[in-house]
Amino acid sequence: MKIHEYQGKEIFRKYGVPTPRGYPAMSVDEAVEAARKLGGKVWVVKAQIHAGGRGKGGGVKVARSLDEVRDLSKKILGMQLKTHQTGPQGQKVRRLLVEEGADIKKELYVGMLVDRGTQKVVLMASAAGGMDIEEVAAKTPEKIHKVFIDPASGLTSAEAADVAAKIGIPSWSVQQCASLLKALYKCFLETDASLVEINPLIVTNQEKVIALDSKMNFDDNALFRHPDLVALRDLDEEDPLEVEASKYDLNYISLDGNIGCMVNGAGLAMATMDTVKLFGGSPANFLDVGGGATAEKVTAAFKIMLSNPKVKAILVNIFGGIMKCDTIASGVVAAARETKISVPLVVRMKGTNEDLGKKILKDSGLPIISADNMGDAGKKVVAAIKKKAVKKKKVVVKRKVKKKK
Amino acid sequence: MSILINKDTRVVTQGITGKTGMFHTQTSRAYANGKACYVAGVNPKKAGEDFEGIPIFGSVKDAKAKTGVNVSVIYVPPPFAAAAIWEAIEADLDLVICITEGIPVRDMVEVRDRMRRENRRTKLVGPNCPGVITPGEIKIGIMPGHIHKKGRVGVVSRSGTLTYEAVGQLTELGIGQSSAVGIGGDPVNGLKHIDVMQLFNEDKETDAVIMIGEIGGSDEEDAARWVKKNMKKPVVGFIAGITAPPGKRMGHAGAIISGGKGTAQEKLAVMEECGIKVTRNPAEMGRTLKSILK
Repeated sequence: MKIHEYQGKEIFRKYGVPTPRGYPAMSVDEAVEAARKLGGKVWVVKAQIHAGGRGKGGGVKVARSLDEVRDLSKKILGMQLKTHQTGPQGQKVRRLLVEEGADIKKELYVGMLVDRGTQKVVLMASAAGGMDIEEVAAKTPEKIHKVFIDPASGLTSAEAADVAAKIGIPSWSVQQCASLLKALYKCFLETDASLVEINPLIVTNQEKVIALDSKMNFDDNALFRHPDLVALRDLDEEDPLEVEASKYDLNYISLDGNIGCMVNGAGLAMATMDTVKLFGGSPANFLDVGGGATAEKVTAAFKIMLSNPKVKAILVNIFGGIMKCDTIASGVVAAARETKISVPLVVRMKGTNEDLGKKILKDSGLPIISADNMGDAGKKVVAAIKKKAVKKKKVVVKRKVKKKK
Repeated sequence: MSILINKDTRVVTQGITGKTGMFHTQTSRAYANGKACYVAGVNPKKAGEDFEGIPIFGSVKDAKAKTGVNVSVIYVPPPFAAAAIWEAIEADLDLVICITEGIPVRDMVEVRDRMRRENRRTKLVGPNCPGVITPGEIKIGIMPGHIHKKGRVGVVSRSGTLTYEAVGQLTELGIGQSSAVGIGGDPVNGLKHIDVMQLFNEDKETDAVIMIGEIGGSDEEDAARWVKKNMKKPVVGFIAGITAPPGKRMGHAGAIISGGKGTAQEKLAVMEECGIKVTRNPAEMGRTLKSILK
């Protein structure tokens, strides 16, 4: 689960990670009021969306008067902010963070995540702050310093100070930075974070070390012990179809293509998408119905897939193990009827009660295309779309001919 | 032979009285030698009772002392699963297979660290996995037993249904399996591809291996490099997720391309470089394996 920068900074402050003073704002008036409360002469108006690269996209601006705060807030609130992480359609800005201006001397990078290889939390730090860290990692990996934190002893003061010095924190601020890093590690652990990033971490002209940004992602598996964090979820930032799917305990992810895929099991679901691609098609989604799919769940899955206007065909791929093929077949038939499906439907079923399942599909009288294996299913679904497209073209041609007459 | 488990394995089921635990204990017990293999269950509140004749003990240690179990299978819900794993490790079993999906990563980091620090000999498979099966002998987990066939090909995978897919293809071609191991889809787990590959390499009754991976992490690359140096048997590979977009978690907690790392293309390239015969068509895993068997 992701949260906004301002929410992350509130959590930071609880753990003693220094941040600039600031207030969230949902409207232009609130933004001006926030700036007034903060006082001072310089403010930063920051778009709050769940994506990085906001500055480059024009979502972070400096204001030097309250009028300017008002003007900038008007511009940023409601804009479709496009960054390298939002995709070409951008993300609508609904919330702002208004902060006191910071006097930046140095920009650094600090991040933490669980390293799969060592199975430890890794602290990553770099003097190359404010930049796209993935680019730094790819081009100049030597500029990123890593500490693999021992879960038993935690991040030690010596390790933290060592990293602080390595990324160019001035000697008189090293202790300050070390305690910030230790606080950040405590924050990472206690919130069950999967990722924490401060980009940039800054040193001010007054030699203070401050988190100018905050990015926090949390381990979905651990949310059951953090109701306070769950309350921070902002559904506006998530794909509406993905939100709808999560209500039915379906694992759904929107993609760009036009073939809806419904599969049981995450690995098989990915493999099915790959097969579609292999035969020249393009998947519209990832959808894992899980091990215990019921007719109700299958119907919900169909509705979600079909509510995507790009979907021109549906491919169902089920390997019945614990889940029986006849149960799924009944679900598919019911769902196809209820949704009055008008796009080609290809079904591949294998495993427990396979024959029974196939018979249910056949007896339904619905124009379901049956496939013997995954490859066959991929080929058939791609062919079905092409056939439909050709038919449409023919219709168009006929009409034109009529007109000529 | 086979790897990890065989007809002489004695199993204790942790979480035997839950809905999932009961169901899968029934189907596993009905498979091959299951009746003799499933000898104990654990539930501290129901010690002294039994589940369809399988005695329930208060702890794994107790179950081991009374019945001689050497392997545990865990169906305990996520909030308590890491503690259940640790209990089995403390009882010094040979192997723990954790089926539970949804265990917090932090819990697994702690368990894995303790295992290393205390130099524990117990092997862990999972969590978030279908389990392990040695066809014709014993099934521990949630896989459908009937699609398997006793034979000499090993299968290892992070994904459940994709393992079934590979096994199903092999069986259809008349090729049996020595053991099939689901190592699970979580980012922090027990045995990795490389560990299972070593076991298959040493197993006299395994002639070839299908290794199935997916996006995220670099376990497949590590295993591939090991294979190039050490493996005496042919390996066929498939990686799921060529079409997966970066930054999105594809169902499994561990299936995510992050920071441009862990892509399917990258993994396939390394595997090919290391002499693994890869297929990009998941419907061809079985046939690809058949093509390399002499």
